Amino acid sequence: MIHSLFLVNSSGDIFLEKHWKSVVSRSVCDYFFEAQERASEPENVPPVIPTPHHYLISVLRHRIYFVAVIQSEVPPLFVIEFLHRVVDTFQDYFGVCTEAAIKDNVVVVYELLEEMLDNGFPLATESNILKELIKPPTILRTVVNTITGSTNVGEQLPTGQLSVVPWRRTGVKYTNNEAYFDVVEEIDAIIDKSGSTITAEIQGVIDACVKLTGMPDLTLSFMNPRLLDDVSFHPCVRFKRWEAERILSFIPPDGNFRLLSYHVSSQNLVAIPVYVKHNITFREGSSQGRFELTLGPKQTMGKGVEAVLVSSQLPRGVLNTNLNPTQGTYTFDPVTKLLSWDVGKINPQKLPSLKGSMSLQAGASKPDENPTINIQFKIQQSALSGLKVNRLDMYGEKYKPFKGIKYMTKAGKFQALLSN
Amino acid sequence: MTDSKYFTTTKKGEIFELKAELNSDKKEKKKEAVKKVIASMTVGKDVSALFPDVVNCMQTDNLELKKLVYLYLMNYAKSQPDMAIMAVNTFVKDCEDPNPLIRALAVRTMGCIRVDKITEYLCEPLRKCLKDEDPYVRKTAAVCVAKLHDINAQLVEDQGFLDTLKDLISDSNPMVVANAVAALSEIAESHPNSNLLDLNPQSINKLLTALNECTEWGQIFILDCLANYTPRDDRESQSICERVTPRLSHANSAVVLSAVKVLMKFMEMLPKDLDYYGTLLKKLAPPLVTLLSAEPELQYVALRNINLIVQKRPEILKHEMKVFFVKYNDPIYVKLEKLDIMIRLASQANIAQVLAELKEYATEVDVDFVRKAVRAIGRCAIKVEQSAERCVSTLLDLIQTKVNYVVQEAIVVIKDIFRKYPNKYESVIATLCENLDSLDEPEARAAMIWIVGEYAERIDNADELLESFLEGFHDESTQVQLQLLTAIVKLFLKKPTETQELVQQVLSLATQDSDNPDLRDRGYIYWRLLSTDPVAAKEVVLAEKPLISEETDLIEPTLLEELICHIGTLASVYHKPPSAFVEGSRGVMHKRLPARTGSGEGTECPDVGNAAGGSAPEAAPSIIPSQGDLLGDLLNLDLAPPTTTGPTPSTSGMQMGGMDLLGGGLDSLMDESEPLGGDIGGSPAMGAGFGAAPTVMPASLNAPVGGGLGDLFDLGGGVGMPMGAYIPPKTVWLPAMKAKGLEISGTFARRAGVIQMELVLTNKAMSVMTDFAIQFNRNSFGLAPAGPLQVLTPLGPNQTIEVSLPLSTVGPVMKMDPLNNLQVAVKNNIDVFYFSCQYPISMLFVEDGKMERQVFLATWKDIPNDNESQFQIQDCHLNSEAASNKLQGSNIFTIAKRTVEGQDMLYMSIKLSNGIWVLAELKVQAGNPNYTISLKCRAPEVSQCVFQCYEAVLKN
Repeated sequence: MIHSLFLVNSSGDIFLEKHWKSVVSRSVCDYFFEAQERASEPENVPPVIPTPHHYLISVLRHRIYFVAVIQSEVPPLFVIEFLHRVVDTFQDYFGVCTEAAIKDNVVVVYELLEEMLDNGFPLATESNILKELIKPPTILRTVVNTITGSTNVGEQLPTGQLSVVPWRRTGVKYTNNEAYFDVVEEIDAIIDKSGSTITAEIQGVIDACVKLTGMPDLTLSFMNPRLLDDVSFHPCVRFKRWEAERILSFIPPDGNFRLLSYHVSSQNLVAIPVYVKHNITFREGSSQGRFELTLGPKQTMGKGVEAVLVSSQLPRGVLNTNLNPTQGTYTFDPVTKLLSWDVGKINPQKLPSLKGSMSLQAGASKPDENPTINIQFKIQQSALSGLKVNRLDMYGEKYKPFKGIKYMTKAGKFQALLSN
Repeated sequence: MTDSKYFTTTKKGEIFELKAELNSDKKEKKKEAVKKVIASMTVGKDVSALFPDVVNCMQTDNLELKKLVYLYLMNYAKSQPDMAIMAVNTFVKDCEDPNPLIRALAVRTMGCIRVDKITEYLCEPLRKCLKDEDPYVRKTAAVCVAKLHDINAQLVEDQGFLDTLKDLISDSNPMVVANAVAALSEIAESHPNSNLLDLNPQSINKLLTALNECTEWGQIFILDCLANYTPRDDRESQSICERVTPRLSHANSAVVLSAVKVLMKFMEMLPKDLDYYGTLLKKLAPPLVTLLSAEPELQYVALRNINLIVQKRPEILKHEMKVFFVKYNDPIYVKLEKLDIMIRLASQANIAQVLAELKEYATEVDVDFVRKAVRAIGRCAIKVEQSAERCVSTLLDLIQTKVNYVVQEAIVVIKDIFRKYPNKYESVIATLCENLDSLDEPEARAAMIWIVGEYAERIDNADELLESFLEGFHDESTQVQLQLLTAIVKLFLKKPTETQELVQQVLSLATQDSDNPDLRDRGYIYWRLLSTDPVAAKEVVLAEKPLISEETDLIEPTLLEELICHIGTLASVYHKPPSAFVEGSRGVMHKRLPARTGSGEGTECPDVGNAAGGSAPEAAPSIIPSQGDLLGDLLNLDLAPPTTTGPTPSTSGMQMGGMDLLGGGLDSLMDESEPLGGDIGGSPAMGAGFGAAPTVMPASLNAPVGGGLGDLFDLGGGVGMPMGAYIPPKTVWLPAMKAKGLEISGTFARRAGVIQMELVLTNKAMSVMTDFAIQFNRNSFGLAPAGPLQVLTPLGPNQTIEVSLPLSTVGPVMKMDPLNNLQVAVKNNIDVFYFSCQYPISMLFVEDGKMERQVFLATWKDIPNDNESQFQIQDCHLNSEAASNKLQGSNIFTIAKRTVEGQDMLYMSIKLSNGIWVLAELKVQAGNPNYTISLKCRAPEVSQCVFQCYEAVLKN
């Protein structure tokens, strides 16, 4: 199982180590540093590194490497999932997961790590159990603790840990009972030069924030559940019921959680919400190139496209650009050759465009790389796949909760290619 | 105020200051001091000097302080074992605390203190906690057993904790079950041959129930444990699959992948025409695709596994090509894996799309990725013949870009395309030659030189081109030098007139000026060839080359099967069997996919003497590794190729000498594990006794082995018996899947007094098999090969050979269960394989088994009635006469016949090869198809087997 954990910052310093079994010398991380040096980009460090006596499994999040050391045959996904869970927990506790935040809360961090693994076996990883064991630091509590001498370690056995619904603690009380669900879809797509789709898929999630008293039992039904053929559920969802009736039935955890994530692949028709028209030319032998880019809404179901941001890695041969946006601002970094254009909202009547010239290295031949354009955007109040919640019911408790459902579409990895 | 203040003190007297604070009277100050100590510890400062002071803070009601002190203890107890003893009392007290949280915390912490002295004190509290009323404490205690085992394995075994742990698998709380499974799996890893996790249908059911209710991590442990189970038949495997499939929708990718492993393994047992099989295939695709939308690290592991899955079952993902298209901001390690899978999935249907993508990748920035993309185009050409032309033109386009490394890669793959499709695309050579000067990498240069040499007759200036390379011969890498040498020799053989000078130049460079022995040797060989026999040289150097195939990069099928059983583990990431890299995995079992068995077969298996209560009797073709203790011994044996002994028993002494080596090795092991059945096996030293002198034998009347020697003569005497003995039909003993392509089926027969093992060897692998040899483990009747396995010609792929192996009955003896079980090891040039089979005991019935009437009567009376057993033979429609004749064919002799009230009583005698006499009374009533048979024998163990023979003989 998981032997030790080292946290390494971007400058290659180990700033925290935790051992769940015998102590492993931190020199084991030298193998990791070697791999880090070989990698061209920080994110290119391979996730599994063998060393003569151990294996290092690492994830990179928030520019911190979480390096787990294992000694025997352990499923690597198990380790990676656990590391991600550690990061999520830190973020949950401290708001951010940075080196400074971890150092500021080192005792809590240590207590958390100690509770999350026992001898390398996961112990308590559910956030609401952990929060009962170790209270998250708040300014108020720190002050109170210093005055009264009380601690932020819970005195009670976390009740949820052994119940049939380990994700929910008992005795939850709220004055305002509310349940919010956010349906968020990210579209990943690759569009070729002619505007036709090479791949397009939607990654959707339903995130929930449920603050309900007692032990509520919720059911959520959809207008079009057939869209959801590839789903991953939170453990609270009763799978049998979903199989039989296509209804989500569950006792929700308390607070924020991800109820469901789903995947709508290219087999179903994925609507492409924006289009790109572009014309980028380099003439052989000339030190000038033309750059023209126009964006427009395509299939947005009547909703506006907002927060549009276009970025592109221009060829190395481009020295500088002289472009005019019809709206928003653009920047070009001559060192990294990164062009980025903050467009804002797309007005269908007056399409935003970016036109102008690029100066190229004199005498150099036509650049051979083909730039790609990345587009980010948001569409409020619409789920691109067309997924719609039909109704949300609560059983098991008497009060009437306040219910809310929100839809949003975002661009994930949305790319337009400039070659054929 | 934050915790970062704990890091700020870097003054010299830090330790001293902390010491003072720890001993402060104020609780607050104490706690702050402990926090500071912990903070220093986490950043690797040595604060072990404070040990006694920190331990003093342990006796507190404050839970946080207690936890902090525990943390400190775990870290430093090892370096201060004597001090750590001071803490023991508090632990023991805490284990009795009314609060289960404290109990659990105490037992948890104690397990983490890796000090031998402390572990002794831990046993009692741990035993209590394993039976605690609170499941939270039980589950913590379960993990503690694994911790303790890590520190002192012997102690855990002596204290019986392993059994308690096994009991916890049936605990009512799913979390306890999951932790018990996890702890057992970890312990089992260091005990490869233990039966810690032997699962039966009941425990499987328990696990499947717990699976639905435990935490995600628990699910991973349980699924991994399930994957080690082999279901009895397809129905069981289907029902497990049905209960595992919901896990595919879990949010935790490790759960998903472990579920995929279970399904991939158990699917193997399902008949392909089953509807459920198709449904299952369809269900597997979406979760695998979903894994690819997770974080890149998860994607990487998923992709490595998908790579295995598409090799095993390409049909699962054949429509999902697009999800493997590379996104520009994927990390490089994800990109490279995706490319690999794209090629595996490439087919005629999607090749256009794939090529368009690959061409796109070839213009990207990352050099490694671009290179691999170009190579991928070449692999597509080789894999999908229809696309070859398009691939070649794509490669030519890429060469036109003149990007140095693209050109070089393209040339390397074009060389491969030439080798796959000779005489098809040579028109592009001209284009390639234009780029000669830009090649600076050895592989590309070597490839180009190969092309020039191979097609020298079509390239007008081939000699000039090669000459230009020759100028810097000494600066080239070995690869290029060797290639250049060969290419110039080829050129010379094709155009001898113009290139004589060139070839002399290269030969002298290679042989005289080079330090590389490979190069020098090759140079000399060519030189000698060219000077002695140019025709032969032509035949050698310009020989037709075998076509390369796409299969070169596939994982070998047996390895693939093993890796499929290890989906989700490190082995699957490295594509190597766990034995190849996991440290300390001595004797790791090779896992194999289960063979498909129909549910019918399982129930038909004869219920033979199952006295020892060990593993249930298995159907005949079972592989030895699934069996008990003997396995380890057998596995350690190395089969020596048999010496050429004749098939006659007279020379078997020599053969036995060989066997004895095995026997002796087994003995020492056997002595510890299980004493031999004195009745049949004789003394444990029997093997050695045989080896030294066959005459030295326990002469006790009841020891059936005693007759072994006498039997040798019997064999000779019995030649020429009239009727054929019963020979059972051939069955498959060793399926090809389990033996790297070697399939063995066979049967046993007694022909003219000689016992023969009739084997059919089939080579279902791709390569030729040679060097066959066979050896038996010790068995109940001392069967041993009387000669070597006569497979004189190599066995080519898809060839079948029938061999008949004469057997002697003078080998070492050991009682087997069932009695007629025979464990066999077969060796060929590839590996050693083990299987076990059951022989009909009738082949041991010797020809002089007819007893004198008086002797029969006396013996019948002499054998105590306890030794008599009665059986029914049903549905036999022979009259007594026919039955008697039939039985005689198998050396079952009728001595007397009596008719009482229309019932024929037949009295018969049988003598076994080891001298055991079996007396029988068969009652046949006219018109009644059911016979009654009573068997009397001094060794009643054999009765069951003898009865089976009666049944087999009479019904066939």
